[in-house]
Amino acid sequence: MSPTKDAAWSGQVEVFAYRRLAEPYHSLTIVAPDICARAAPGQFIAVRTPDDRSLLLRRPFSIHRVDRRPGWAGTVDIVFDIRGRGTEVLARARQHTSLDVLGPLGRPFRFPKEQTNCLLVGGGIGAAPLLFLAEELRGHGHRVDYILGGRTSEHLLRPIEAKRASLTVSFTTDDGSSGTQGVVTDILEERVRATKARVVYTCGPVPMLRAVARECARLKLPCQVAWEEVMACGFGACLVCAVPVRLERGAGNDEGWGWARCCTEGPVFSASRIHWERVEDAPAGVTT
Amino acid sequence: MSDPRLEVDLAGVKFRNPILTASGCFHYGKEFAPYMDLRRLGGVIVKSLSVKPWPGHPPPRGAETPSGMLNAIGLQNPGVQAFIDRDLPWLVQRKVPVIASIVGHSVEEYIRVADRLRNAPGVVAIEVNISCPNLDDRSLMFSSNPDATGAVIRGVRRVSSQPVFTKLSPDVTDIVEIARAAVRGGSHGLSVMNTALGMAIDTESMRPKLSTFTGGLSGPAIKPIAIRCVYQVSRAFPEIPIIGQGGINSGADVAEFMLAGASAVAVGTANFTEPTTAKRIYDEFVEYLTRKRIKDVSQLKKMLKEG
Ligand SMILES: Cc1cc2nc3c(=O)[nH]c(=O)nc-3n(C[C@H](O)[C@H](O)[C@H](O)COP(=O)(O)O)c2cc1C
Repeated sequence: MSPTKDAAWSGQVEVFAYRRLAEPYHSLTIVAPDICARAAPGQFIAVRTPDDRSLLLRRPFSIHRVDRRPGWAGTVDIVFDIRGRGTEVLARARQHTSLDVLGPLGRPFRFPKEQTNCLLVGGGIGAAPLLFLAEELRGHGHRVDYILGGRTSEHLLRPIEAKRASLTVSFTTDDGSSGTQGVVTDILEERVRATKARVVYTCGPVPMLRAVARECARLKLPCQVAWEEVMACGFGACLVCAVPVRLERGAGNDEGWGWARCCTEGPVFSASRIHWERVEDAPAGVTT
Repeated sequence: MSDPRLEVDLAGVKFRNPILTASGCFHYGKEFAPYMDLRRLGGVIVKSLSVKPWPGHPPPRGAETPSGMLNAIGLQNPGVQAFIDRDLPWLVQRKVPVIASIVGHSVEEYIRVADRLRNAPGVVAIEVNISCPNLDDRSLMFSSNPDATGAVIRGVRRVSSQPVFTKLSPDVTDIVEIARAAVRGGSHGLSVMNTALGMAIDTESMRPKLSTFTGGLSGPAIKPIAIRCVYQVSRAFPEIPIIGQGGINSGADVAEFMLAGASAVAVGTANFTEPTTAKRIYDEFVEYLTRKRIKDVSQLKKMLKEG
């Protein structure tokens, strides 16, 4: 039996380009026409580590960008920083390296139905899916503005591309080396007013997501978050990537919350669906 | 040569082939249906079921380790009734033989789950997951105590209509002693083995990698332990069918478990790498049998050269 239409594409792909971005970040462009054709912003691909067969599991990476230029095979970009053995090996991949990938996986960001001003808020490497999102939102006629945050100017993910993909970009850094010194939520309200944003899309570290969600709730703005959690399978079978979400009481649920699978029910969630009281700001070590 | 005979008989239940999928590693089957024909499997051992829904542990619930992974899912499941109403009919409709894995915090809870599954259509056997804290007895694992093991199995046997398999844990001093308690309690067969308790620490953050600190180690890292456990148990109880599990990721691994004394196997963690893993393992195993000119899969059990 060949895979059905619900199946993600799975197979070997070739690396087209490796690039070192700013100091902490790496990027890989892979030739994957089938994934490219079906991918939507917010989805991810699951990549096996080449060479080291003692690493069994795939690693999830947000789709950072796709290139569907006519006459081009169709490429997908991922970006990452080194967090452990797997990403260390992956950062050694070069042109023609063969990678085993599965994707696209997960639920994408939802787009506004009518022309809407959208504010994208990203922190660190977590901002990865926003570039793809910005390009697609613009393609659908929406206005896109950006806030990018990071520890230092080096940690701002692809600021030049962010500028190209949006009308305005504002930066915040913890040390003030670029843009406003502080965190993204220090300027969120001001940027919302200036850009007349009606919806916020965000991804990055959990404390940032929590702060952005709180700020959006206060400003009564719908907010979608792209969640990151340790995964084993990426397609809903293992229950490793648990995200606490609010649920209707009743139907066997007296608590009003439960665990959702980040990989299949997410990674994009409405911020109001996350049960923030159950979210840990500093979870145990995450090594990918 | 004609195709090798793959059908196996486990405690009176016939399976079209000996390759099953392990509990908690195939959920209730649906996630794999887009990728493979589930009828290729001998059967599916579903995620462990409790009387009421269990929420499971907070994240992080998983950590990769060399040739394996640690998990701390905490037996999250929607409860046996939700399974019967929602997931079982789906599996039955697809003609997938179902082995229901059951779990509880007390003998009473195990009995109640088994009772709900009594005569459930499509459920061909029960696997009793005894790797669970016994809240009636200072939270020791049922699996580490012969008396607790015997009590659970006797209770489950009283109510269940299907053959019962007891799933043993390797975290015991003498696995044969626990196997004996299960068999004396009336267990028709044994599943060998569950995950081994492990732990990993992130040296940068200096934190344990799992929210629960310790968790179950699975994958090829534990295979030699599982082979040893199957070997010891099968030598002690040659008439009792064993479902071997622990680190299976190839057709040769299946053969190795059978040579050690297993009648069937269950594929666990390897399903996570590739949703079509079980099908690949099946194909590799058939190729192995053909190459070795083994006409009937049940012969393998008797082929280990110990002389
Ligand atoms: C994520 C995960 C969840 C599991 N959940 C269960 C479970 O609910 N019940 C159970 O009896 N075993 C459970 N197991 C254990 C497996 O069924 C299997 O016995 C064990 O992982 C060894 O096989 P493997 O190395 O092929 O994975 C789980 C294992 C993993 C990795």
